[in-house]
Order: sequence, then structure tokens, then C-alpha cells
Amino acid sequence: MSPGSKNNPFPAKKMILAGRKQYLWLRARMIQAMRLFFIEHDYLEVETPQLIPAPAPEPHIHAISADNLFLHTSPELCMKRLLAAGYPKIFQIGKCFRHAERGNLHMPEFTMLEWYRTGIDYMALMEECEDMIRSVSRRLGADNKINYQGTEIDLKCPWERLSVSEAFDRFVSLTPETAIGKGIFDRVMVENIEPNLGMARPTILYDYPAPLAALARLKPENKRLAERFEIYFAGLELANGFSELTDAREQRARFERDRKQRSDLDKQVYPMPEKFLKALEKMPRAAGIALGVDRLAMIFADRSEIDDVVTFTPEEV
Amino acid sequence: MYNASDLRKNLKIQIDNEPYVITEFRFSKPGKGQSLYRCKLKNMITGVILDRTYRSGDTFEQAVLEERKMQYLYNQENEFCFMDVENYEQVFLSLEQVGDAKNYLTDNLEVDILLFEDSPIGITLPNFVDLAVTRADPWVKGDSVAGDTKPVTMETGYVLRVPPFVEEGGKLTIDTRTGEYVTRVKE
Repeated sequence: MSPGSKNNPFPAKKMILAGRKQYLWLRARMIQAMRLFFIEHDYLEVETPQLIPAPAPEPHIHAISADNLFLHTSPELCMKRLLAAGYPKIFQIGKCFRHAERGNLHMPEFTMLEWYRTGIDYMALMEECEDMIRSVSRRLGADNKINYQGTEIDLKCPWERLSVSEAFDRFVSLTPETAIGKGIFDRVMVENIEPNLGMARPTILYDYPAPLAALARLKPENKRLAERFEIYFAGLELANGFSELTDAREQRARFERDRKQRSDLDKQVYPMPEKFLKALEKMPRAAGIALGVDRLAMIFADRSEIDDVVTFTPEEV
Repeated sequence: MYNASDLRKNLKIQIDNEPYVITEFRFSKPGKGQSLYRCKLKNMITGVILDRTYRSGDTFEQAVLEERKMQYLYNQENEFCFMDVENYEQVFLSLEQVGDAKNYLTDNLEVDILLFEDSPIGITLPNFVDLAVTRADPWVKGDSVAGDTKPVTMETGYVLRVPPFVEEGGKLTIDTRTGEYVTRVKE
């Protein structure tokens, strides 16, 4: 049936889908460019299972269950098992699934790019992420300047480095620790801090309070902070990376803490990821990052809604 | 009872025993943090706008609203009287509550009256109404300011611009959503 046919039962939807063509082309070219970057940098592309028995017990990320298993919320645990098994540079582009996340930046099924590399820490990974996005931008012909929702963002190095405590100091009269104590850290982040980040150039927000890191290493010189960072473009959160925690005992303790928190929040408590914890004993020093592919496509396509850069939204399937 | 994850644009909830409609909605989830549901809410009685951020675990009472078919009877000192077509009960709306709908109210017009806990709070008109023209001046050709239209006054006092061929005494169909002329009514 042709799109203009009178017998078409969903003309409006057809129009919306057809209208996304230029963004879907851009998205496809962007993913090809990402892949090329990692291939040129000797990364192995992997596909880990999406159906897993034990997701990481993040307090605020909820898995969708399927056939007595779970759809993964991120490929993190399986990819780290690969690091431990002797794969030093790996990347994956694939679907992840999170229950009840829907908004102009969220879909319960979305595409994630994750990459992991042994022998580096979060600072080196920040630089690699800058290189990767600059390389993608060049290949898309956007060069070093992109315009996102009226904000011109310069990708030329170096991107702004702003610690979480500096950000709280600059934008609100609170410390991150006080905000956590009052239970308003996330709200302050969303309402007062995030809208200011990544305005003239991308911002890398780093050194999160230790309680906000499930799988990141703590700073050796300051155990109250974790070596974790997030990347922002014009207020939009794009990626989350960290130096990986490699202490299996410490990891087990954090999982116990998070499992208890899930139970206190009346959320399903997943089985302990024992195979991951076993592998962690042999995992070398490494850093890894997860980047929202749909969101990067939104940035390059200058769209404010995630709906515009996917083939079908959950409501349209 | 609604949960935070049920919130969305146009949902009607109760806050402090008053009905609110969500006019803007934004789902946020910073980093690995908790889900936040940011809403702009409009009080359906006073029109006051609130900004609120809710979290998972928050719950809400549904605003129990009812629409009833009623007939417009009369307006006395800006109190508009309507009668329920089933039980003949009469209710009143203020000028403020009626708003622009007053331009289209003619005797016995059937409308939907919105009630919150049995108190009338709003009105929904039919999309199209027929009104009589009570005053129409002859069209002055070449009046470039007005273009090819002229002003007429309807039986309700509503003034709008219509094509030059409209005459006094005729009836017009008007779109109540835009306030614009649609066509002449052939009788």
C-alpha cells in the first residue's frame, strides 16, 4: 500500500514515520561512524546475551522479567566477565531494557553503546570518549561545532571538567552530601544543575559521592568519592563512565547494600550475580562507559524528543 | 488511586481536595538516580498553576469529575443558569467560569456541564452552533483594512467578521472552538 493510499488505516502515523526518514539516516550513519572508530582502535565488537539471570541490583533501575530470566538493563556484568577472561578492549552496541522509563529522553527499550578497556582509569576514558564523539562528528560532516536546540556546542578539546562538589557549589548553596542526607540529590541535579551543564562545550561532571556508585572504584586518596563521571550536552545527560571496582569483596558488600535498599523500596530483589563476582576476582584494572545512542542521535539531529530518532516508539509498535 | 508512574499530560488528580489537570509533564531520571515526575498542574476551579515534582512511591487521588447534559436557561447578573435535562435540577456558573462560551449561549442550547463533587466548574459547548444575525451593516467595497469581510453582531452580542453577502436576520453556523464563521444556515 502506498503511503498516500486512501485505504491506509493509519495515515497520521504513516506521516510521522515518513517524517523521521532524515533522522533515521543520520542515526544509521552515526552508528556506522561509532563502529569504525572502535574498529580502528582495535576494539572487539561483542554481543552479550540480553536475557540474563541476575541483573545488577541498582536501587533505581528496574529490569523487565521474561521467562524466569530478565532482559538486561545494561550489558555491564557480562562485558566485565569478558575483561576478566582476557579480552582487553571490547565494545557493544545493543538494546537495553528498563521497566517504567518513558519520557522525552527515555524509552523502556533503548540502544546503548558500552565500551571497556583494561589498564586505564576514568580520566583516560574521558579523553577517549571525547575522541570518539569528535570522530563521529567529523564523519557526519558536523565538524567541531554542533548546534543543539539553539545552543552552539564546541567539541574542540578540552571539554569542561567539573566535579560534582564544584557543580553544587556553583549552582546551589548545598553540598552533595547534605543533598543526599535530605534525599533531594536527584531533584537538585535535575532542576538546578543539569540544565546548566554542557552549554558552550560539553561538560564532564566527575567524582560522585561514594554512595552513588554501585560498581565504580573509590578514589584511592579520598574514599568518600567514586571515580565516576557523566557527560552532558546542553543539559542532556549522554553517558556514564567510571574506573571499575575490581575488589570482589567490596563489590559483594555494595550489592548487599543495594539489594537491601531494593527490598526497603518494595522492589524485586534479583539473585546475587555470583558468576560476575567470581570473575571480578581475576578482572584487571579497567574503565568502562555506557552511552545512550538514541540521545547522541538526538544531539546530532537537533531533536528534543527521543521519539524522533527511533523507527517506532513503544506506543506505535 | 494513581501512582507516580501513571502521571501524564491531561490526567486529572486531586490535590488538597481540589481538581487539577496536568498541563505539562516531564519524566526525568538523572544518572542512576530515582525517577522524577515533573508536572505543571492547573487548578480546574481557580485556574491557578502549580509546579510540582513527584517521585516513585507518591500516590494521588483521582479527581472525580462528571459531565452532565444540561440546557442553558438564562443569565441574570452574570450568573448563568443551566438545567439538567434528566432531573430538571438547576445549576449556576459565574461569568468567569463560562468565559468565551457566553458568546454562543442561546436559550435551550444543550451543553455539557462539568461537575466536581456535584459543584459545576466548567462548560463544554457543541463544536458548532447556529446563531441569528441581529445587526449587519452593508459592505463597503474597497475597505482595504477589512479585506473581503465585514463585522456583524449576533443575537448573543458576539461580534465577528463574515463574508459580505451575510444579511441581518439570517442564521450562521459558527465553530465554537475557533469563534469563526462556517456557513449560512439554509432555512
